[in-house]
Amino acid sequence: MVQMRVSGLLFLLLATIGAEARAFSQIQHWITDNGARVYFVETHQIPMVQFVVGFDAGSARDPAYLKGLSNIVKGMVEEGTSSMDGDMISTSFDSVGAEYSSGSGRDIAVFELRSLSEEAILDGAIDVFGDVISRPSFPEDAMERVRQRVLIGLKRRDQSPGSVASRVFYNRLYEDHPYSHSPLGEEQTVSQISRQDLVDFHEEFYVGANAVLVIVGDLGPEQARIRAGQIVDGLPRGANPAPIPEVRGLNESVVLNVSFPSSQTHLLMGQAGIARNDPDYFPLYVGNHILGGNGLISRLATDIREERGLAYSVYSTFSPMKEPGPFIVNLQTRSDQAELAEGLSMETVRQFVERGPDQDELEAAKSNIIGGFPLRVSSNGKIADNVLSIAFYGLPLDHLATFPERIKDVSVEQVKGAFQRRVLPGKFLRVRVGSG
Amino acid sequence: MKKSLVLLCLFSVVAACATESARKPAAPDAYEKVLNNGLKVLVKPDTRAPVVVSQIWYKVGGSYEPDGKTGVSHVLEHMMFKGTSTTAPNEFSRIISALGGQENAFTGRDYTAYFQTLEKSHLETAFRLESGRMHDLVFDKAEFEKEVEVVKEERRSRTDDSPEAVTYERFMAAAYTESSYRNPIVGWPSDLEAMRVEDLKSWYSSYYAPNNATLVVVGDVEPVEVFELAEKYFGGIPARDIPGIVDRGERPQSASRRIEVRAPAKVPYLLLGYHVPVIATTKDMEDWTPYALEVAAYLLDGGKSARLHSELVRKQGIASSTGVSYDPLARKATIFLFSANPSQGETVAAVESAIKEQIWIMSEETVSDEELERVKAQIVAGKVYQQDSSFYQGMRLGLLETNGLAWQLGEDIHDRLRAVTAEQVREVVKRYLRESNSTVAVLTPETDAEG
Repeated sequence: MVQMRVSGLLFLLLATIGAEARAFSQIQHWITDNGARVYFVETHQIPMVQFVVGFDAGSARDPAYLKGLSNIVKGMVEEGTSSMDGDMISTSFDSVGAEYSSGSGRDIAVFELRSLSEEAILDGAIDVFGDVISRPSFPEDAMERVRQRVLIGLKRRDQSPGSVASRVFYNRLYEDHPYSHSPLGEEQTVSQISRQDLVDFHEEFYVGANAVLVIVGDLGPEQARIRAGQIVDGLPRGANPAPIPEVRGLNESVVLNVSFPSSQTHLLMGQAGIARNDPDYFPLYVGNHILGGNGLISRLATDIREERGLAYSVYSTFSPMKEPGPFIVNLQTRSDQAELAEGLSMETVRQFVERGPDQDELEAAKSNIIGGFPLRVSSNGKIADNVLSIAFYGLPLDHLATFPERIKDVSVEQVKGAFQRRVLPGKFLRVRVGSG
Repeated sequence: MKKSLVLLCLFSVVAACATESARKPAAPDAYEKVLNNGLKVLVKPDTRAPVVVSQIWYKVGGSYEPDGKTGVSHVLEHMMFKGTSTTAPNEFSRIISALGGQENAFTGRDYTAYFQTLEKSHLETAFRLESGRMHDLVFDKAEFEKEVEVVKEERRSRTDDSPEAVTYERFMAAAYTESSYRNPIVGWPSDLEAMRVEDLKSWYSSYYAPNNATLVVVGDVEPVEVFELAEKYFGGIPARDIPGIVDRGERPQSASRRIEVRAPAKVPYLLLGYHVPVIATTKDMEDWTPYALEVAAYLLDGGKSARLHSELVRKQGIASSTGVSYDPLARKATIFLFSANPSQGETVAAVESAIKEQIWIMSEETVSDEELERVKAQIVAGKVYQQDSSFYQGMRLGLLETNGLAWQLGEDIHDRLRAVTAEQVREVVKRYLRESNSTVAVLTPETDAEG
């Protein structure tokens, strides 16, 4: 239990700082016989290695009547294979000190194994990891348990006004688009999921053609090829899934008030933003840094927190995904001052869109992003995160190497133009959750 | 061997050690120098990236605060960004940002710490700014009045509007009756209401001094150069008398305690805790008690093969989530804490019994060699994984030093954990995890209709 000046940042940093800054230029890439795309970064300073498998199998792939299916599949793969039950699987990781974890969002389902790089230890963990991903048995009893855990998770999420605000925001913004529902699903649909649904989903999406594998750490190129094979060779080739439907977005401003027994009101204001491959990505990235992305010195933090003491946390963010993820301005404040804070932050956004950044603000933001570049690739963990996003979104292999140049090229006019095209405060969705 | 090399660094020529480390792969954990004004400087080279993290740790935090002044350390941490006689409010942050750096601060029960992470050539700027606010902070009343409102908002979102966080806060206040660990770091609401800028001034002048701080630097640096820079920027700040505090301990608990928290929640929650010693409170530094407790925590909650997940979640299906926390590095005696959410249709009472059954088994039967070896494999691997974060390495050095444990202990902790026997685990579980030493807090959901 620690109190911090800015929320979250420390925990981001814990995973951030460390290894070689030049590693990004050395991504080795190959495709396995069954179509899995492998990305390998060799780092030998620490005797450890990370394997990250990503499938285009997030909640955007849930059938509309089975919202939450992708999440249950993700949670169920470690509960049994043809030769092991869940306990045996966990024991085989834990007994060599390997760490298995998994996660899923709207776009991606991710499985990660972190292990010491010693051969004998890897031998113990890798085969099980490969089996878990490619040959899960989905035992019925474990399935009931996982389902119940998800149902509790849904309720627990609804204890938090921030989570409720986010759920309501996505639901309304994306309506019938598959980004609309939470990756956890909904009580009713989660209750209906059957074992056969898991089998079918796994068969369709957990395939070589739909897989990326990132390896970062203390392996030679030959070893990396062998280990990659042990992890993904069990996947059938399969096919790439169909594209996710286009996002329509809102045509007019919408305001939703949700009553919640909290002392603060949570405000989410925004709209559909950008896809990961959007040509305006860099100007919007730099612009948002100035508007509400850069800690306490962004415009929103200055106007809302530093000058008026209205909020602890206030920021804006783009969440680029396969299809346009949202642009969101987020703040929480005591309910009796929510209206004031909402008005002020909307005004800050409007002014920024209308006038763009000042030249010196732009330079300060660029020097922060460029100067901070070594920090983004300074540990195995951070390199793995960056390479996974290159792999999954199909960015060029030199994305990291050219990143500082692309930032440097951004001009005031580009930021202003991009914001005027893409951020339309007059058509924002505004969600207020609280007792105000 | 390792230790003697470290000692050599403490008392002799530092540059020689730095050269030594370049040749030998088994370099000491860190290099130490104490400036004349008492500032302890610790440097740990990590040359993997051209990056440096600088942290300064003050020996003050929530547990130092007297009644009526809770939260003052944390509000002061916020005020530390509001300028000195030569820098404007937030100018510190703007300068670090323009250099591509990241910076923040955090307050714990036993410490207040500030850090910057930068490309390595900018360490000097971090020192210049950090040394300025060690002795020259400006206390503007208007800035304070805004900032304390920010902190109240922080308290609302992190505690008041989170039923499980409220339960934790209530639990701590029930489990401790005397120890200052009973108070929340963020402060009680009434203390935040009553706080004045003068309180912060006096807190600052009591505790912010070089002889009450540890400067930790981890990154692609030469220790001798860091020591020179530290001398240049911090060396001129005079030492000060640090006030002693009435540091109440906790008398032994004679009977179990139990509280209920009602809040607008949807899922019940259980906290079950036991008073336990920590490394700093065990009289003999060779005492294995805290290490055996830490191994017990791993056996119960280290991975999904550990007992709580394996038994309560997987086998019995009685809990949907379980956890154990124990901090052997705390400054004062702390709590060995279990937390859990029951599964759908199960009660908190059933989960409580199931946890206590696991405790009973551990107090009666020694764990198998295989199980113990599994935990030790995790401990060995964990020590390697933590090298991937230079920030974490810095935190560990700073924390040990600040909590009254020599930083050199960091190197030994893993060895001591690995030396723990099955019988020692059984013994500490029996000795400490017993009914009369327990406190239970139960969160009972209260819907709008009922409330």
